[in-house]
Amino acid sequence: MTWDEMAPLLWESTWQTALMVGWSTVFTVLFGLPIGVALVVFDRGGLRPLPVLKSVLGVIVNVGRSLPFIVLMIAIIPFTRLVVGTTIGTAAVVVPLTVGAVPFFARLVETALREVGSDVVQAAQAMGASRTAIVRKVLLPEAMPGLVAGLTVTVVALIGYSAMAGTIGGGGLGDLAVRYGYQRFETLLMIVTVVLLVVIVQLIQSLGDAVARRLSHSK
Amino acid sequence: MIQASGLHKSYGETVALDGVDLHVREGEIYGVLGRSGAGKSTLLRCVNLLERPGRGTVTVAGQELTALRSGELNHARRRIGMIHQHFALLSSRTVAANVAFPLEVMGVARAERERRVAELLDLVGLGGRGGDRPHQLSGGQKQRVGIARALAGDPAVLLSDEATSALDPATTRSILDLLKRLNAELGLTILLITHEMNVVKSVCDSVAIMAGGRIEESGSIAGLIRTPGSRLTREIFPLPEPAPAGSVTLTFTGDPQRPVVSEVVREFDVEVSILGGSIEDLAGGAVGRLRVALTGEAAPALAYLRERGLLVEVAR
Repeated sequence: MTWDEMAPLLWESTWQTALMVGWSTVFTVLFGLPIGVALVVFDRGGLRPLPVLKSVLGVIVNVGRSLPFIVLMIAIIPFTRLVVGTTIGTAAVVVPLTVGAVPFFARLVETALREVGSDVVQAAQAMGASRTAIVRKVLLPEAMPGLVAGLTVTVVALIGYSAMAGTIGGGGLGDLAVRYGYQRFETLLMIVTVVLLVVIVQLIQSLGDAVARRLSHSK
Repeated sequence: MIQASGLHKSYGETVALDGVDLHVREGEIYGVLGRSGAGKSTLLRCVNLLERPGRGTVTVAGQELTALRSGELNHARRRIGMIHQHFALLSSRTVAANVAFPLEVMGVARAERERRVAELLDLVGLGGRGGDRPHQLSGGQKQRVGIARALAGDPAVLLSDEATSALDPATTRSILDLLKRLNAELGLTILLITHEMNVVKSVCDSVAIMAGGRIEESGSIAGLIRTPGSRLTREIFPLPEPAPAGSVTLTFTGDPQRPVVSEVVREFDVEVSILGGSIEDLAGGAVGRLRVALTGEAAPALAYLRERGLLVEVAR
């Protein structure tokens, strides 16, 4: 394969990966953040202890996390059809990607929020702050460096998951590597794809680290 | 100003408060002294209901907090300031934004908030440092931010949870001076807990000594000093305990320079040997405590000393 043949393929695949990862990141934050907050707030000794609800949430999150992505993607096909009306293509991949990443991100949110000292939470309570105010003005801002670090890890994980998207016709760089690099022995394309993926992950990690560092005022 | 009665609190088998009554008068600085585990921290946290006592009632500024529902309690808490041992500042906010936090919670408008914050930072001696981050400040400065924040809601009462325990002696001194000044200038009632006798000696008007979840002794410092067998006096003045049989311990307030001992020796037929003693500067003035052994005509000499207003304790 020549460069001229590879370039459009690489370009299209990168764009597909960006779409899949981008949208599923947005939905992961949208659903994962509240679930992570709930895991902390409803916990025993939390702002609003509801241990039973917390346990139920915890179990759901653990079930979500224990399924290998490729199995999850196939298993939730009916759900995917319900949500986007199709089970193949890039849009159809966003659903399993989100479902797979939400429990992962929720746990990272939970960990980041637990890092916030109980003393600042109590200080806010002593000042008469409502629970909503404590979550919005204390827990989330104080945990922001940890949340950004968690989000970075999640995006990188999503790039990994998205490599399996080819199974249901989602395309992307992983699919490209499998179809051309592996099945057609296009070694050069394989190498280029690998290098591209490494560079993308590296860029995202560096960006995440830089933002987290900027937000961290503790030391 | 603060009235707590019959407070009980236990965590499983551990009893943290075992029937505690506390009465803090308006405008005074009240210290609760005790070792760690004595229950003083639980007591303080029961005053603004960060801990809900198992039994008993808490009334602050005429409002019975233990009878309030959570929304009303949040309102009442805004009139009770609190400062913390490790400052509990928000690292994600600037100094000014930390002080503004309670005002935001109260729904004060931005312009008014900014005005108040500048005023409060000036009050605690941090004018111009509003843009700094907490990690750029020293421990003493952080506690000043904590104090400014605690005063933002214009509280009637300030609760201090070991506010100087993480600070060095000189900084402790300056923070205590600030608290004293706020007490005098704003008429702020302060309830503080501490394990340091020095804090009680230098700022408190009244004190409660706690151990094992109970208050062992409480009252005004001046009153306790004049009470025979007071724990406070024994703790402030480290004389060997128990006093040897027949020895006399004299506690005198007022002018520590007054030569009472030589007066006694001149007036009566007694010999005085000094076994130990010291003079301490308390918030209310200097107090001395002297342990002596008298030989000779002791009874009239002791009567003379009592007449002079000294507390005379004879060990048997």
